[in-house]
Amino acid sequence: MSTARDDILSNIRRSLGVHGKEAPRLASVQNRLAQTPAGVIPARGQLEGETKTAMFIEQAEMVQASVARLASAAEIPAEVARYLREHNLPATIRMGADPLLTALDWNATSMALSQGPSTGHDLNAISVASAGFAETGSLMLTSGQDNPTTLNFLPDTHFVVLKTSDIEVGLESMWQRLRARFGKALMPRTVNFITGPSRSADIEQSMLLGAHGPRSLHILLIETA
Amino acid sequence: MSHASTSPQFKANTRKALGDTQLQAALGHVRHRFIDKRAQAAARLPEFEALRDSARDIKDHVLAHLDLYLETYEANVTASGGKVHFARNAQEACDAIVGICQARGAKTVTKGKSMVSEEIGLNAAIEAAGMVPVETDLGEYIIQIRGETPSHIIAPAVHLTKEQVAADFRHTHRHLPAQRDLTAPESLLSEARGILREKFLAADVGITGANMLIAETGSSIIVTNEGNGDLTQILPKVHIVIASIEKIVPTLEDAAQILRVLARSATGQDMTVYTTLSTGPRRADDPDGPEEYHVVLVDNGRSAMLGSEFEEMLRCIRCGACMNHCPVYHAVGGHAYGWVYPGPMGAVLTPSLIGVDEAGHLPNASTFCGRCESVCPVRIPLPKLMRHWREREFERHLSPATIRAGLGLWAFFAKRPVLYRFSTTLGMRLLSIMGRAKGRFHWLPFTSGWTQSRDLPAPQGETFQAQWHRAQKAANAKPSVTS
Repeated sequence: MSTARDDILSNIRRSLGVHGKEAPRLASVQNRLAQTPAGVIPARGQLEGETKTAMFIEQAEMVQASVARLASAAEIPAEVARYLREHNLPATIRMGADPLLTALDWNATSMALSQGPSTGHDLNAISVASAGFAETGSLMLTSGQDNPTTLNFLPDTHFVVLKTSDIEVGLESMWQRLRARFGKALMPRTVNFITGPSRSADIEQSMLLGAHGPRSLHILLIETA
Repeated sequence: MSHASTSPQFKANTRKALGDTQLQAALGHVRHRFIDKRAQAAARLPEFEALRDSARDIKDHVLAHLDLYLETYEANVTASGGKVHFARNAQEACDAIVGICQARGAKTVTKGKSMVSEEIGLNAAIEAAGMVPVETDLGEYIIQIRGETPSHIIAPAVHLTKEQVAADFRHTHRHLPAQRDLTAPESLLSEARGILREKFLAADVGITGANMLIAETGSSIIVTNEGNGDLTQILPKVHIVIASIEKIVPTLEDAAQILRVLARSATGQDMTVYTTLSTGPRRADDPDGPEEYHVVLVDNGRSAMLGSEFEEMLRCIRCGACMNHCPVYHAVGGHAYGWVYPGPMGAVLTPSLIGVDEAGHLPNASTFCGRCESVCPVRIPLPKLMRHWREREFERHLSPATIRAGLGLWAFFAKRPVLYRFSTTLGMRLLSIMGRAKGRFHWLPFTSGWTQSRDLPAPQGETFQAQWHRAQKAANAKPSVTS
């Protein structure tokens, strides 16, 4: 008895009039997978230095993220405390094991710290982005102990740290970074691109913030770790 | 067991839709918001048209090499610890998914938005197996509690007003205070967030669709604004992806090209809030994420579309732009189409998937104005494909006798140019004199199909051919202008 897999593949081949062993077809597929041609890359993100950072901020703010620029990572605890205080939010923060965060002196603030993936009852969380890109003001976060994926979605308020040196042009530069870090064709379990806080337009097409994910996204842009 | 269709009753469905005042009020939001937002997003990106070409070319390349990319994709999913299940039809796809759920003793199954899951009737299959499927996209959740199907492929509840949603929430969420204020859409969103948060945390299995499957890495991609698709897949022990076979793209770079046209065409966003790549189950030292990762690949008629005159339909990336710009969809909404896929893309795809004898009315519901093709991000020639279905319907003698007789009569005159010119000239003069007072007709013999729902404009007294000849003569008589 033929399997569903074999049937589907042979139906496809019959429809296309091929047998699947044609050298030019195999070469065409192998070349594309090996060479990964880039296609059209918008000029919008193709900037350098401060203009690229400015474009990232402009795009992120257009999608209702807020951005704070900090000179160094050491300023993070105070900025988080300030944000929570000003928004009348409880002084709690949950984070993963990212050394950039755990090395900080949180004692100077009176915040209650906790570590690990979200249980669904954390109001505030902080993560470190692997990178970001100027074209659309998006952040890239990858799964793992340093920055558990649940922290990106369950809390109401999400703080994300991004180094200005990690701001790139567009998605293509994210792929290059992933390949450099994990190997060609290899990926972590989850890669999240986050562009603003959660929203829905499912009721009468009016856009409302705070659907199932965070109601607010505060990006902490740091010059140096 | 595929989702049952009411497509054969298309005409009755449209009459009901045109008389439904709440539906007509809700459809007003489609007419303006979707169109304006897409136009603004396209205008903001100078490379948008070039990206549409690029997206079209990628999809064509994939379709021409689909067997090979499916093999590559499967190998890479397996290498990352996931499992691929092939399903020839709806029944096999439902069986595979129910089987995975039962193997884990699942009770609650959360779902992200997936049109192919609607196509295969997945919720009914999960319920029949004694488990509870919970739709988590706000629009899908609303229509699930109403016992309805989506009326739009990206905005499933677009046919409803907020007052209707408020009434449904009161009726369903009976444990909440009866006197609570649900007048603002914000309060509806907040209530759904609270209810569904518990479901996310309780779920044993999470099912999502896929906007794309990447052959290079074995990853699935979903795009959402709410974050529901992510909570659906990272909290339960098992993540099942359901996708049709044409969702494959070769590389990450190719995915980026398509992402750039997808959100802009759909909602007018440059990028959706969450774009997520999922590859295999959680790694050994990951603190969260699913322990099992399955992909159910559904054919359900698609492999037979390859190499046919409908192959181009398989480029579709399900953005919804064609229905957002369709005057027929604007008038009748999505449910009138009678099956899962409405609008122009549905008018082409539905007869391919459930048969032209069942869905032959749909390709006739078009004015051929061409707006759908003009906005399609992968440049599918939708009017041409609808015309192919009309031809097939005619060839198979499925069109009604009155239409066949009318076409026969027209053909008789069209083949005799002198007679055609004479009779049309006479007819136009006559109608022009008759309609001179009002400039339009509320009624004419044999035209009730038109005049029942709209007026017929009165001709001006001259045929197109006569006007053309007159203009040509005038142009030839004019002396050529030299500077």
